[in-house]
Amino acid sequence: MTVLTILFDGVAYGMLLFVLACGLAVTMGLMNFVNLAHGAFAMAGGYACVILVNRWGLPFFSSLPLAFVSAGLIGLVLERLLYRHLYGRNHLDQVLFSIGIAFMAVTAMDYVMGSQQVFIQIPDYLRSQIDIFGIGVGRYRLMIIVICGLLTVALQLILARTRFGSRLRAAVDDPRAATGLGINVNQVFALTFAFGCGLAGLGGALGAEILGLDPYFPLKFMIYFLIVVAVGGTSTITGPFVAALLLGIGDVAGKYYVPKIGGFVIYAMMIAILLWRPNGLFGRSATR
Amino acid sequence: MTASKFALNRRAALVGLVGAAALIGTPALAEDTVKIGLIVPMTGGQASTGKQIDNAIKLYQQLNGSTVAGKKVEVILKDDAALPDNTKRLAQELIVNEKVNIIAGFGVTPAALAAAPLATQAKVPEVVMAAGTSIITERSPYIVRTSFTLPQSSTVIGDWAVKNGIQKVAVLVSDYAPGVDALNSFKEHFEGGGGKIVEEVRVPLANPDFAPFLQRMKDAKPDAMFVFVPAGQGGNFMKQYVERGLDKSGIKVIGPGDVMDDDLLNNMGDAALGAVTAHIYSAAHPSQKNKDFVAAYKKAFGTRPGFMAVGGWDGIHLIYEALKKTGGKADGDSLIAAMKGMSWESPRGPISIDPETRDIVQNVYIRKVEKVDGELYNVEFATFGPIKDPGKLKK
Repeated sequence: MTVLTILFDGVAYGMLLFVLACGLAVTMGLMNFVNLAHGAFAMAGGYACVILVNRWGLPFFSSLPLAFVSAGLIGLVLERLLYRHLYGRNHLDQVLFSIGIAFMAVTAMDYVMGSQQVFIQIPDYLRSQIDIFGIGVGRYRLMIIVICGLLTVALQLILARTRFGSRLRAAVDDPRAATGLGINVNQVFALTFAFGCGLAGLGGALGAEILGLDPYFPLKFMIYFLIVVAVGGTSTITGPFVAALLLGIGDVAGKYYVPKIGGFVIYAMMIAILLWRPNGLFGRSATR
Repeated sequence: MTASKFALNRRAALVGLVGAAALIGTPALAEDTVKIGLIVPMTGGQASTGKQIDNAIKLYQQLNGSTVAGKKVEVILKDDAALPDNTKRLAQELIVNEKVNIIAGFGVTPAALAAAPLATQAKVPEVVMAAGTSIITERSPYIVRTSFTLPQSSTVIGDWAVKNGIQKVAVLVSDYAPGVDALNSFKEHFEGGGGKIVEEVRVPLANPDFAPFLQRMKDAKPDAMFVFVPAGQGGNFMKQYVERGLDKSGIKVIGPGDVMDDDLLNNMGDAALGAVTAHIYSAAHPSQKNKDFVAAYKKAFGTRPGFMAVGGWDGIHLIYEALKKTGGKADGDSLIAAMKGMSWESPRGPISIDPETRDIVQNVYIRKVEKVDGELYNVEFATFGPIKDPGKLKK
């Protein structure tokens, strides 16, 4: 039954990676902006949740949406103040700018919250494992799977079925024509960016319990976000989702079955997949 | 270190020093200030180490004055963020530009090693207050250590485990020098005493999720698991240990005390209760000396001191006492000679500097995490020692 426990842990880990990284897939894929500071927004959400739960005594579950909102708001402000000026610039400028933001976020958080790891006081009933037909199921991880699963469905629906989704796709494909059709491209981009940051913030809040949270979060996990987006491709949401699941399960299984090289499995998978499909699992051919 | 290598280093150092002396002059003469270059991580993942050491030294100087043997002791604080390249550059600047008499601090092993050749070359004592790999003091005849070595605590917990009915142990350590040190010394003593290691996992240092490794531990069904992860990851580890139900399956946590650092213990919550570790210091050490130390530290900084603070406290004490002994003479050779064999009562208990290895000799205590007045503490219940670094005894 250990196989299933490992599978379960892998799925939970993958789902978490997806929520953390899918905002980056949106900014990078849909908005064509390389935002290496993505992890900083995840960290912001994580710390928001820590402050709300530990200091203000709010229940964990009501803090999660607030973590989403606060990271989203920070994203919105930064987008209006800074990011929008770099939409037209080349990728190198964007990389330098956003990595700078990430470093500043690290130092600022170190100054404000201290460099030690912090922990969110999650409710006691989420702390233990339950036994389902001999499979050890962690309650917290089960919660992650449920929340992230619902979120994925909602995200897919928003992008594919809603008016906002089609406006966004139009604004990305041809901003000038979209403006001509009466779409407020600026507004669409700002909202999308903020939404991506909010998702990262939610991921940070959910992940703090499992991944730990300290001011180095944005740099420590940048590589994981990038792997998910690189393997998944940036043109859909399904791509990063499948990629995150594959990588999560691969990482956990690798560390369990071959612990000696376990830390390397995720990179090996990335290389293999990218050799096979250079634009990611669901990537279109590179016409852009 | 072999005698011939030592002689060679000295000759090289002498040649270098003839040139250096012409440029710098002779700083030890006619100076009434003794300068200490304190290089510790004040930012980054190891920042709590640097802050504790800095705090302890400030506190010591507040309580004991900043003058000793007619000399003013000046501490110059530098932040290396635990990156050895920085450490080396800062040590060089401090020695050449600031003409410091002593370099001190060193949060991690690579940082202590990076400064070692400079200490030898410039004949400047290097007082290591934190880093814990065994080899450090062998890298320069000018290195003295006031922290601890990982083999000191890991061998003791190995002996203790065998004697207390723990027969099967699964081992989980972080895959870097201190982790490997801890693993090897534990293994030698635990297996030597008749114990059996049923599972052994080295976890990558930058490891976000312990789930798969913990599952492996659980499936190995040991009596206890021996754990060493860097101080910052300890809390995360203990939470996941409880989440996976390892506490309920009767698998105890044992290990060197770094995992249960006083600095982090309260934040871990009840997950940490019952963990048995071997270490050199606990804020709950029941001596009057320690009670005074903890009270003064709490009053000054609002937190309790951890083992890093004690390393810094004893480091500055060693420097003060050595200066007293030399009558204020602050050249490297006199100071090192004075430090060798020195012994005193520290907040952690009686300690001394081994005259042969310049490494610290101290008691190691077995402690259990318990709740005292609503706070978590490592409560000591057995004492082993005095213990020399077992890593060097083998040679």
